[in-house]
Order: sequence, then structure tokens, then C-alpha cells
Amino acid sequence: MSFPWAKHYEPKQPLMRWLDEKLPLPRLVYNAVGAGYPVPRNLNYFWNFGVLAGAALAIQIVTGIVLAMHFAANAGVAFGSVESIMRDVNAGWFLRYAHANGASMFLLVVYIHIGRGLYYGSYKAPREMVWLLGVVIFLLMMATAFMGYVLPWGQMSFWGAQVITGFFSAIPLVGESIRVWLLGGFAPDNATLNRFFSLHYLLPFVIAGVIILHIWALHIPGSNNPTGVDVKGEQDTVPFHPYYTAKDAVGLGVFLLLFALLIFFSPNLLGHPDNYIEANPLSTPAHIVPEWYFLPFYAILKSFTADFILPAKLWGVLAMFGSILLLFFLPWLDSSPVRSANYRPKYRAFLIVLLLDVLVLGYVGGAEPIARNVVLGQIAAAYYFAHFLIILPLVAASERPRPLPGSITEAVLAKHGGTSPAKTAIA
Amino acid sequence: MVRLISILVGAAFVGVLAIALFGTVATAISDPAPETAEAIYHQHPEDIGLSSNGFFGRFDRRQLQRGFQVYKEVCSACHSLKFVAFRDLTELGYSEPEVKAIASQWAIEQPSVNPETGEATTRKNIPSDRFPSPFANEVAARAANNNALPPDLSLMAKARHDGTNYIHALLMGYRTQPAELVRKFPGAKTPTGLHYNPWFANLNIAMPPPLTSDGQVPYADGTRATKDQMARDVAAFLTWTAEPKLERRHAAGLASVVFLLIFCFLAWGAYQNVWRDVKH
Repeated sequence: MSFPWAKHYEPKQPLMRWLDEKLPLPRLVYNAVGAGYPVPRNLNYFWNFGVLAGAALAIQIVTGIVLAMHFAANAGVAFGSVESIMRDVNAGWFLRYAHANGASMFLLVVYIHIGRGLYYGSYKAPREMVWLLGVVIFLLMMATAFMGYVLPWGQMSFWGAQVITGFFSAIPLVGESIRVWLLGGFAPDNATLNRFFSLHYLLPFVIAGVIILHIWALHIPGSNNPTGVDVKGEQDTVPFHPYYTAKDAVGLGVFLLLFALLIFFSPNLLGHPDNYIEANPLSTPAHIVPEWYFLPFYAILKSFTADFILPAKLWGVLAMFGSILLLFFLPWLDSSPVRSANYRPKYRAFLIVLLLDVLVLGYVGGAEPIARNVVLGQIAAAYYFAHFLIILPLVAASERPRPLPGSITEAVLAKHGGTSPAKTAIA
Repeated sequence: MVRLISILVGAAFVGVLAIALFGTVATAISDPAPETAEAIYHQHPEDIGLSSNGFFGRFDRRQLQRGFQVYKEVCSACHSLKFVAFRDLTELGYSEPEVKAIASQWAIEQPSVNPETGEATTRKNIPSDRFPSPFANEVAARAANNNALPPDLSLMAKARHDGTNYIHALLMGYRTQPAELVRKFPGAKTPTGLHYNPWFANLNIAMPPPLTSDGQVPYADGTRATKDQMARDVAAFLTWTAEPKLERRHAAGLASVVFLLIFCFLAWGAYQNVWRDVKH
């Protein structure tokens, strides 16, 4: 996709012209992230997070492939092979800590990326497909992260696998058979570990493929922007390169800085000490908790403590998966034609409540299951579903949005107090 | 239509949660969870301020050697150290001949096979061996320890919350169970064979106090071996066994962070330069 004023790739050197005729990859890059892709000029730093997610994926793949050269996916030796990586493999400690903390960074960045989408209405027409592909990527990431955590075969690895695969037994009639089929046995054991390793290696490449579709789908209409107003003319955009390559470099630097602080100075901050104990099927840990990025969903799961037609366990499983699946329907649940929450005061207020709600759910997911926390979780889970399924459809119909700017350029000029048109032209 | 279905589904989830909430509150009022002894009497360890703490932490090699001596003379009778090899001890400042001597003189020998008869036997340790377990298998370990399994200590500093300080607090924490506790929670009275230690998660630990008196381990470097000193030294040693690359990690971290700070600064400058003439 390009706007009519997009720059065209015109190779001058003979080698580049030859390549352009035979396999136009440089043209593809030029049109996707180079000077040939016009992007709204008013993007803020929340637009950095897509690239950061891609960088995090690349880091995970590189560290993961090297780790896989040294890891042994057999229940008797897996834990020992990870310790051997930490102690004997050159820079093995770095690879392991980078990969484990890289998963946390990847999910942090993706959560902020999704938050951007929710706030600025990036899921709305004409970008519904971008959003749907994004939710698919998120689901694949969660599966990959879960399976990766099982691989070191520590206490949390084993018992986390036990809990999560236990969900399948909640399905009536066929649930238990499905669970045993997935596990390769009656409980997580060597068969489970082996197949999780295989799938954990595979899925990141599936994610990479879906990301290509995700970016392709985005480049058809082009990027959204903080006002939510469509691009109207050349003065509304700048070429991706060098403007956003430069800005992404800054974002990348900050990302890597935070990542380095984690890996080198606090590598076990986000982990659980129980995963440094070898898996023991006969000894259940006092508190089985997933990694921080799954805590809100874990809280939703645990909140369903009452039977009502269906058993509570099944409600919990349906709600936990439902909490992510409902994201697929978001473009149709929220029918407001106004994209950006900057111009939707009611929607914006509810979104801020949702953010706080998710943080509360995260806290409850990891906290002791005392009555106070269970009640907090139940209220927070109720709000989560109410927000997406009841509040959003009604808000779209009943709110009065603030007046939108006429164009992106108008919004930019208003911010700078208005000035001569020459200043807004690209140098 | 979409709106109708979504409101119904939303109402279903919210409704079931409301029922669950009612149940939780009703149970909390009518049958509240009783207090537990652990909740009241469990203690959290204090920071012992080891040299390896903090961003620029480094090990104190003399302390690590003392800690190794404590492990060797007190702990190794029951606790394995299976992820550490004898050759790793060169990092504590021992020379190669010293490490060879430590290995060959180690009380527990390495399982082996008699090359002539094929029978199971043992041989002296060499530096490339990992520390052998004091017990042949878990059954033997439990049989010798009142059915308790002494855990491997290689990762203990990472396998417990605030592990380094926990190890010190636990070793120093043995005391008589307070009468008040037994009065309030008669069921939590320390059973025979266990020992009261409020730093242990469920207050009663199977391990008898390993550090019983000052001077128990006569330190090679002449430091006064008080119980507190021995506890600190073995905590430092076990921090090293869990994180042998700590110093290398901190050094690499410092270099990376300085590099990235400069990179961020330059990237910011380039960004400002690129966008200078464009309003945004």
C-alpha cells in the first residue's frame, strides 16, 4: 500500500537493478519500512512498541536456538542440562537469563502495544484484520511462553503444566481423554516435556509468519495516529525512513537498557524461587503461580468459585479463555466511528478503570487466596467482562465525542500555536 | 444483534461472578478461615550485607574459602552439592594442586566400576568430578535422617525467597518454641524428631541445628569462628555455588549499561537532528 505521494524505489547501481528484476526484496524493504512508506507525522512513543515486539522476538529466537544446542529435553536430565548451560557453557548464563527475561520483556512490550491499540482505536475499521491477526499472535505467544517455562523441569514448570493441562479435563465428556492425549500420559512426564520442546521451537516461527501478515495487513490502510483522523494529504505524513527509523532507534536503546538492567543485575526478579528446585510429582508447592504476565488470567480463572448449571471449574476455564477470545470481537463490540480515546471522554474514563482493573487482577493472581483477595478478584473479573461485553457497546451509542481536528496537520499546527505552511513541509 | 449477544454473555459471566462473590462473602462471615501459627510466627530474614550484594557486588574469596570449609566439615555429611565440580573451586582462590588434593581427600568417594570384576565400587575424586552425594539414593538418605530428605545445596540461595539471607537466618534461628504458640495452637507443637525454627516456612524443621557452638570449625585463616560468622560464611559460599558467574555478570552488565546509555544519547541526538525541520 502506499499513498499516491509515496516515494518510489529507483535503484541506480547495476547490481541493485539486477536484483530488483530477479527478486525485488530491496523494493519490498523500501516500501515496507524505508522511504517508500508514508506514516503520519504525529505518532507518539506508543507507536514504538510494535518494532520493539519484533526486536524481542528476534532476541528470543537467537538466544533460544543457541540454548537448544545445549538443552536436553528429557525429564531425567533437563534440569541438569540447564544448570550445565548456566555453569559450563561459555556465556550460557547470559543466554539463559536473556531468554528468560526476554520473554518477560516481549510480553511487557506486547501488553503496551495492545494498550495503544485499545486507546487509539487501532482495532477499528479499516484495520480490523490487523487487530485479529494481533490477537492470534498474542495467543501463540502465550502458548509459547507457557511451554517454554515447562522446559527447565523445575517445580513450577511441572506443577504449572499440571494445572494448565488440567483445564482440558473441565470439558464435559471428552475433556479427560483430550488431556491425556495432549500430555502423552496421565500426568506431565517425559512425553509432555519432549513435545513441549518441539512445539516451543516451532511456534516462534509461526508467530513470525503471522507477524508478516499483521504488518502486511497494516500497510494496506497505513498506520493509525493519535488523533484517529485519516491521512488526507502529503503534509500529514513523513517517510518511515529516516523519521521513524531514527525514533525507533531511541526506543530500542531504552528497551535494551531496561533489558540489560534486568539480565545483568536482577535476573531472577521476575522468576519464582521454586523453579530452582527439581520437579517432584510427589511434592506440591505451597503456592502454584504462573509468571507475572499470566497473573490476570489466573485471577479470572480462580474467581469462579460457584457452580451454576455448569461446574465452577468449567466456568473458570471458559472465562479465562473467553477473556482473551472476546478481544477478537472488539471491532464489532465498540461501534463508535471515533477512533482515538483523546476525543471520547466516557470511553477514556472506562479504559483507565480497565487498566487499574487489570493491575488489580494481576495482584490477585499472585496473592494468597484469602477471602479479601478472592472478593477483590471476583469484583475485578466482573468488571473486566462488563467492560468489554456490556459497557463498550453501550458507551459507543450514548457518548458525545469531542470535536475532531480537520486533519493531522491541523492538529500538529494547533499544538505548535500555528505557523507558516513552509514550516510544516518536509525539509 | 452483536450488541445483544455480547450483553447476554457479559451478563452471564457477571452473574456467575456475583453468585460466587456472595458465596465467598457468606463463607467469610459464617466460617472465617482460622489463623495459622505460620502466619503469626513465621519470620522474614534480615539482610546480612554480603560483599556480593548490590550492583557492584563482588565475592570475598577468603569468606568463600571459609564457607567452603564449613560446608566440608559440617554440611557435606548429609547435603549433596551435585551441580558444583571440584575444578570450580579454583574460582575461590585455590591453586590447581590444592584443588586436586581437596578432591582426592574428599571423604565421600565417587561411584565407579571395578575394571576387573565389573562390580560396583568407589574411586577417589578428581577435579573434573562433581561433588558426590553422601547417600547412595533417596531411600538411603531418608533412612539416615528420620525420613527427611536433606536437599541438595547447589542452588539453595536461589531456590528460596531471599535465599542468601534466609540461609543465615535459618542457621541462627533455632530456639525453643514459645509457650504462647503452643497455648494458642496446640496442633502446631513441635513433634518429636523436629526442631522449632521460625525462619522455616512451616516453623518445624527436620534438620537438627548444624551450628552448635563457636569454634566448631577451626578456620584455616584464623578468623574467629562464632556461630554467626560460620552462618554468614556458609551463606556466602552457597550464594557462590548458586551464582558462580555473579562477578562476570556484574562486569558485563556495567559495560553493557554504559554502552547503552551512550547509544541512547546518540540515538536521541540523531532523532532530534532528523526531525529538526518538521513539526510533529
